[in-house]
Amino acid sequence: MDPGIEVHTDRDALLTALASGRAVPVSRRQFLKATGMAGGGLMLGIGLGQGGPLGGRPAAAQEGGAPPTKVYPPAAFIRIGEDERVTIIVGKLEFGQGILTSMPMLIVEELDCDWDKVRAEHAPADLVYENPVFHAQFTGGSMSIMTSYTQMRTIGAAARQMLMSAAAQRWGVTPDKVATRRGVVFEKGGKRSLTYGQLAHDAMGLPVPADVALKDPKTFTRIGKPTRRLDSPEKINGKAQFGMDVRLPDMRVAVLARPPVFGGKITKVDDAKARAVPGVEAVLQVPLDRGGIGVAVIAKGYWPAHQGRDALDLQWDLPAGPTTASQLEQYRAMLSQPGPLVARTVGDPNALAGAAKRIEADYEFPYLAHAPMEPLNATADLKADSLTVWSGTQMQTLDQALAAKAAGLKPDQVKIVTMFAGGGFGRRANPNSDFVVEAVNVAKAMRQAGIEAPVKVIWSREDDIRGGYYRPMNMHRVRVGLDQSGVPVAWSHLVVGQSILKGTPFEAVPLLFKDGIDSTSVEGVVDTPYRLPNFRVEVNYPDINVPVLWWRSVGHTHTAYVMETLVDELAAAAGKDPIEYRLALLDPAQTRHRAALELVRSKSRWGSPLPAGRARGVAVHKSFESVVAQVAEVSVDQGRIRVHKVTCAIDCGRAVNPLTVDAQVVSGVAFGLSAALYGRITLKDGRVEQSNFPDYPVLRFDEMPQTSVHIVPSSAAPTGLGEPGTPPIAPAVANALARLTGKRFRRLPFDLSAA
Amino acid sequence: MLQLKVNGKTVPVDADPNTPLLWVLRDHLGMTGTKFGCGVAACGACTVHLNGNAVRSCSLPVSAAAGGEVMTIEAAAGDRVGHVVQQAWIRNDVVQCGYCQSGQIMAAIGLLKTKRHPTDADIDAAMSGNLCRCGTYGRIRAAIKDAARSLAA
Repeated sequence: MDPGIEVHTDRDALLTALASGRAVPVSRRQFLKATGMAGGGLMLGIGLGQGGPLGGRPAAAQEGGAPPTKVYPPAAFIRIGEDERVTIIVGKLEFGQGILTSMPMLIVEELDCDWDKVRAEHAPADLVYENPVFHAQFTGGSMSIMTSYTQMRTIGAAARQMLMSAAAQRWGVTPDKVATRRGVVFEKGGKRSLTYGQLAHDAMGLPVPADVALKDPKTFTRIGKPTRRLDSPEKINGKAQFGMDVRLPDMRVAVLARPPVFGGKITKVDDAKARAVPGVEAVLQVPLDRGGIGVAVIAKGYWPAHQGRDALDLQWDLPAGPTTASQLEQYRAMLSQPGPLVARTVGDPNALAGAAKRIEADYEFPYLAHAPMEPLNATADLKADSLTVWSGTQMQTLDQALAAKAAGLKPDQVKIVTMFAGGGFGRRANPNSDFVVEAVNVAKAMRQAGIEAPVKVIWSREDDIRGGYYRPMNMHRVRVGLDQSGVPVAWSHLVVGQSILKGTPFEAVPLLFKDGIDSTSVEGVVDTPYRLPNFRVEVNYPDINVPVLWWRSVGHTHTAYVMETLVDELAAAAGKDPIEYRLALLDPAQTRHRAALELVRSKSRWGSPLPAGRARGVAVHKSFESVVAQVAEVSVDQGRIRVHKVTCAIDCGRAVNPLTVDAQVVSGVAFGLSAALYGRITLKDGRVEQSNFPDYPVLRFDEMPQTSVHIVPSSAAPTGLGEPGTPPIAPAVANALARLTGKRFRRLPFDLSAA
Repeated sequence: MLQLKVNGKTVPVDADPNTPLLWVLRDHLGMTGTKFGCGVAACGACTVHLNGNAVRSCSLPVSAAAGGEVMTIEAAAGDRVGHVVQQAWIRNDVVQCGYCQSGQIMAAIGLLKTKRHPTDADIDAAMSGNLCRCGTYGRIRAAIKDAARSLAA
């Protein structure tokens, strides 16, 4: 195996193994090391190996000795009431992806109860709800179903077996004499039966069975069935409770003045005008993320707090920060030097020199804000020996640890209540728990000022857009050597951009970060599905005072664009059909790419006549273990790009809920299109220049293409879904634009005048 | 003290008259169904009806709403068109994160109260001020058409 790609094949193997319930081939010691870096928070000493009673087959012995056995007791996940209502407790954050519906589907498939009786709720922060890969409770990396598929079914099957045992004990028969049917245990060949509700109390007290049989997927009745969301009823009448909606007796609202340059510190506060705003109660200095110091205005509601914040007269000690134009110059200069780090080498990197033809292209991608519909917020109720935090967060146990540290408490004194989140797209998974820790710091400052009350910190939209943790700005330089027939014989690729993982606890996880290489900066390039016999990928990570973070599909947001527009360009240069060219260039082992391309070709009626002024473009990309191909139909109308129609084909393994597959791929298209058409955060002297939707536009209703999703039939274990729909849309649109305009767009967002 | 009529009930409100209606609803009256998204009438999450018209409550001073009839998402189920729209939302499995949906539904109710048979252009015009980051737009369009069919039946 090529050594350069180890990081990624490890991750592939790991995720595939998890989805299929196999042992986990990862170093436990590395995970425990990460624990230390998270201030005791990230892993909290839970060892690796989810094998054992409820983790499928036992995990193989790990480095450092046999792993502790991990038991996931059904009682933590399933509550059955005497009224037969079945409540599934979900350890993930519901922020649009449908996890409060699909996790129950996995459990109920094996539990065998009536779907109409099922509801779902968010779990408290507890490592019983850990992600079995990272041993923290978090939602991200499109991993929820992938890593829970076997685990949740096993929990459901164990619960069913416990219910059967409870009935057998009551009847004094052996468990093999009983069976279940939709929430009822009955005696085989007898007349006795008991409902789950009648048995639940006894059943949940029984030992968890060491070994349970899972259903043959051929007999699934719930998994694979299009299932409407369980959370719709409360989301159409305003009753669903988001973090923003938390209301507590005596609660205050805080709006903060954060430094205009990241990491700045307040030096002088004139708060006379702020205090004069009716309803403003206090103006307090608070420590902020990244060593900053800011000012919190405390009031009885958002409006006075916001008015008070705007009335502050402040002076800051500001660190240096970038100006976008000069940062681009700096990156361009870095593109002209060899990358200091090599992420992958295949064959002979010098083959470029002997190629018949060469193409060289530079690409440019801006910082992007996540801009979820619900601006960031968190509520903290700090007492002398306890803390409760309410938040829509993707990282409950890490938040718990970091909130405890900020409050000077132990993690078990901190309760995290997960609320619905109005989107997140990565922003609510912050390794520094910035918005949670900040709320704790405000609560602490209030206590010190003698205000003993819970506080909700609300970010305005402007605070949210200017709050940092962006998708990094990136540049790529690619040099391709072609043979006489237009086939690439050499491919040299340099990526310049900030590392997302450097300086976070994830830096200690070799699956993600190894030998100085942040896998998230080169994913989607190093694992190219195309046959590139001489291939080299280098990276250079500048240090810039702008916090960066994962943004729906992470590195694939830019790598897919480069790979799939450039391959399209090679196809055009060779005079070949773009789909035919890709199919010919694909490594024969990449059967999923092939299947997705072939499905999208037929469903998009590729090659059929289009109205005048329209063109199609295609892209295919694998991310988070799923392959998505998209064909976009595009026109340019009075200087405006219109995307009329998008046809998608996805191989995500077994589709647990086809409605969710459809929704998430469509959602990925909308999200990626927003960025491709409009998304750009720029800075001047470290200050972010955008602030709200008028200057950071996102896709609107009348711009949404008619989008269809087609699922490649598969009986393989499920793979990622939240993110893979995003990467292909920008290159698919760019490839259509190239056909329409004759120009190759190497910079995002699209600029028709400057291509 | 201001008197505000919300969902058929008149309530006294002790707020600065310049306070946006949104924050009176959320912070003074505890009605959190109406959402805060941008504060500048650019996203539609805060959409409510004032005298039957869809308005952005984040940018409407409460004094401008006093004396009028305010309807919020909390009253949608008790409204004939509102109920039909909500049922269409469930049938079409519209929601994802759900944060924008109160505003989307109030905008859709506003549209269907004035146009019983909206064209695609009518739907575009009525809905393009309501942003959704999950990209539920296609299902919203389908649900509005579905609701229009139900109302015509």
